[in-house]
This record gives sequence, C-alpha cells and structure tokens, in this order.
Amino acid sequence: MQTAVDSTTVTAWMGEIAAAVRAERDHLTQLDAAIGDGDHGINMNRGFEAVTKALAVQNGGLAPGKLLTIAGKTLVSSVGGASGPLWGTAFRRAGRALGDAPTVGAEELVGALDAAIAGVVELGAAALHDKTMVDALVPAVAALRAGLAAGQALEVALAAAAVAAEDGARATIPLQARKGRASYLGERSIGHQDPGATSAALVMRALERAVCQVR
Amino acid sequence: MATVTTPMKKLLNDPAALVDESLAGLAAAHADLLRYDSAARIVVRNGAPVAGKVALISGGGSGHEPLHGGFVGRGMLDAACPGEVFTSPVPDQMLAATKAVDGGAGVIHIVKNYTGDVMNFKLAAEDAADEGISVESVLVDDDVAVQDSLYTAGRRGVGATVLLEKIAGAAAERGDALDAVTHVARRVNDRARSFGVALSSCTPPASGQPMFDLPDGQMEVGIGIHGEPGRRRAPIGSAHEIAELMVEAVLSDLQPQPGADVLAFVNGMGGTPQIELYLLYGEIEQALRAAGVNPVRRLVGSYITSLEMAGASLTVLELDPELTALWDAPVHTPALRWGA
Repeated sequence: MQTAVDSTTVTAWMGEIAAAVRAERDHLTQLDAAIGDGDHGINMNRGFEAVTKALAVQNGGLAPGKLLTIAGKTLVSSVGGASGPLWGTAFRRAGRALGDAPTVGAEELVGALDAAIAGVVELGAAALHDKTMVDALVPAVAALRAGLAAGQALEVALAAAAVAAEDGARATIPLQARKGRASYLGERSIGHQDPGATSAALVMRALERAVCQVR
Repeated sequence: MATVTTPMKKLLNDPAALVDESLAGLAAAHADLLRYDSAARIVVRNGAPVAGKVALISGGGSGHEPLHGGFVGRGMLDAACPGEVFTSPVPDQMLAATKAVDGGAGVIHIVKNYTGDVMNFKLAAEDAADEGISVESVLVDDDVAVQDSLYTAGRRGVGATVLLEKIAGAAAERGDALDAVTHVARRVNDRARSFGVALSSCTPPASGQPMFDLPDGQMEVGIGIHGEPGRRRAPIGSAHEIAELMVEAVLSDLQPQPGADVLAFVNGMGGTPQIELYLLYGEIEQALRAAGVNPVRRLVGSYITSLEMAGASLTVLELDPELTALWDAPVHTPALRWGA
C-alpha cells in the first residue's frame, strides 16, 4: 500500500483549511448574510484557528485518525451553531474510521471521507440537493473514487474532487433550501450560493493542497 | 450585501469580547439572583443546585436579551448557556450547566427549534446521560411564519420560549416531578403560536454590517429572531393593519376554542419603543376580542429580541386554569418579577 496520508498530512490539511477559511472569511459571511444569519465565516474561522492551536501542541506522535478526532472534538467545543456539530462529527467519524493506523492508503482515505459524510447526513438529515454542505461533499468523494478507480494518481483524483466540490457548491445557487436557517426563506433562498457547501469545497481543496505538499 | 456604509455605533470594547463582558455585567447587576461562570460561559441561579427540584436550563445564541440569562432566577431558569451572537452555544456549556444545576430530580433542556441549537443540545444530552443525569428535552417551535414540512427545518422557536420558561419554571418550583414539568412545558408549546414583523434590520457586532437592507416604507413579514429576512417583504402598514395581520396569522393556525381565555404577549424586537408596543397591544386586544377569544393575561415588552431590530411579534397562548395559575405564580429574575 502506498501511503496517501500520514500525521503530517492531517496537520497540513487542517492548516490549509484554516488559511482558506481565514482568506474567505468575509465571503462566507456575506453568503450567509444573504440566506442565513451572517456568521458562517466568523464561526468557521474561530473553529479552525482553535483546531490549528490544538494540533500544534501534538508533537507528531499521534496517528492521523487520532489527530482528526482531536480536530473534530475541538470544532464541537469551539464553533457552535450547526457547523460545529456537523464538521465536528465529520472529522470524528473520519478519525474513528482510520483508527490507530500510522499511515493511510488512498482507499482508507476514501472510506474515512465516506464515514464523514455518513455522520453529517445522519446528524443533519440532509439529502442531496437540499442546499447544504452535502451538495459539495458527495460529488467530491464520488469524483475521488472514480479517479482512483480509473488509475489516476491520488493528487490528480483529489484535484478532480476539489473541482467537483466547487461545482457542487455553485450548483446550489438555483436550489431552494430545505435544511437549516435558509429553509425559513422558502423560495427567497433561490439564487444564492449555499455558504456551507462553499466552505465544504474549501475543505476539499485544502485536502488536495495538503497531500501535494507532503508527498 | 448591504451597501449602507453607516459606521457601526455600539457600546463596545472589543466585538469579540461582547458576550463575555455583557454576562459579567448581568451578574454584577443581579448578584442577588445569579452568578456568571466565565470559564464555562454559563449563568447559574444562586443556590443551585436546589435539592429535589427539577432544574431547567436553556440556551441559544446571544443577541436576544433578556432571553435567556435574564430569566435565570427563582421560578424560572436554573441556568442559561449563551452562545456567540446568533450562534448556538456548544455542548460543553450545556453539560457544565446541567451538572451545575442537577439537584437529583432531573434536568430539562429547553431548546428552540434551530438546526444548530438542536444538534448541540442533542450532543450535550448524550454526554449528560453518560454521566447518569436524567435529561428531558423540550423543543419550542411556535412560529407560524414557517411551514412545518419536509421542505424546511421546521418551525422556529420564538416568543413561546419566554412563556414556556416561566410556566415550566413555576411547575418545577412547586415541586412537580420531571415528567410532570416536561408535560406542562410541552403543553405550553402545543398551545402557543407566534408571528413577527421587522421594520429594520440589525447589525451583529462581529460583522459590523446590517443583515439586510430594508428600504423606507417596507417591512419584512414573518421574521424570526436572528435578523434573518422574513418570508416576504411588503409595504409597511398602519399599526391597526399590522395587528390584524398578526392576529389572523396566529389564530388561523392556533384555532383556539371559541371564547377561549388566552395570554397575549406583544414582544418588541429590540429597537421598538414601549410607546409603540402598547399602541400595538391595544390594537391586538381589540382584534383578538373581535375574533372571539378572551385575553385574560398579557405581557408587553422586549423579552426575546434580535439586537436593535425594530419590529414586534405576537404570541398567543391558549390558557387553562393550571397554566394560568402557573403564569401567576411568583417569579424573581432580572427581566420578569412578580409576587416575589
């Protein structure tokens, strides 16, 4: 098995997410102001800054799965709102799927992402096209799986996954929200890109960057 | 996004410290009633836990003051968990509050129906159960502006929260057991409906921008309490017309018994003065009587707000003798006090 992800990759992934969320903070908040309550960028920023701090005090001794579990717990304890439990559950489930393995292959990585999505769907009860983060995550993992099955290198498949997530986020624009605060707007939620799908695309792009950086 | 560039004028030191500093001020102003635990970020009633009494906690985003911290005290909440402005608190706060107030008779979590609040309280209740504390959750979802369907997150919890916290708090104070207090609380939610309008947006301090633009002469109809836009925008009507709109929206959904005794709660959203709220109340009382119900208890004031948003909501609770007696029971909190 070729190593896809180790502890360094996970730490780099969380660092890349923190940087992307910091850079896109105001954009995410603007998207949320249109159909939610205007704090998504602020909350995600607070959460991933806390994750970066929590991982910085781990001196590399922990397995990737354990680091993801710490990241998930930190998000639950620092974000609040719906994003905290959802992203917290996503990373905790991914961490649990990876267990104690010191290194992880591409197939295990896909399995961990599947577990993350299953956790989000279970807690949030969202389906595809409800105008949520699921609309970015599901096509991303499908693209990753398809790329790997077609024999693509992990970096290439992850780049395709990031594009699929970004396309999925944009495809939320014409949808009417069925979950979360945007659903209260009914038809007025149509025409706006979902902030949760947008930050989910940042998370997938950050994974690609982290893997390219480390390998 | 807003194009208005009016600078944010608020009494602040640092926007990031607003919630913590405000809670410290609440505790300083009401040291006889409650304390603020800054590390756990919870507001706790003095004397908690009360041995043998069912404890009530609630929580949610800040920006709705006096909800919830202003309702901590005798005859209402045992603790409150305030989140960031318009953001649900985290499970750690709810677990800390649950442990701080559990007097051995169980703890009720009063949860307004918002996706974030529901998820965080669910995680906290699981943690509390792991620690052997009996927890019941009561969901508040009284806002008739939102259709409860597969296509929404369900109705929002708004004005009924205040009435439920008061009435369930009285049931706990008189010594009712966990299942009985839970039952009373759910009965309040089942018998209450709300509807609100906004005349202005509001500006969360962390973003410094108004949440939406509302041109002169327009109002948002069917709003919640997070500065989110309503279901539709309409030309602003007279107070008489707005009262009729609210009463019709609430009663058509509540469908009270003809001649029913009701509690009418006219709530300000934070930026509407009491003089307008009383005017609106007068119109609403007339409209309620014309519709064949009988207001026998009233609450008029800003109790569940959306920062400095201008506007108001109406909550109607269909009473029965037990609910009326519990409403009348003594309460002593920073924001509600009578008989004690």
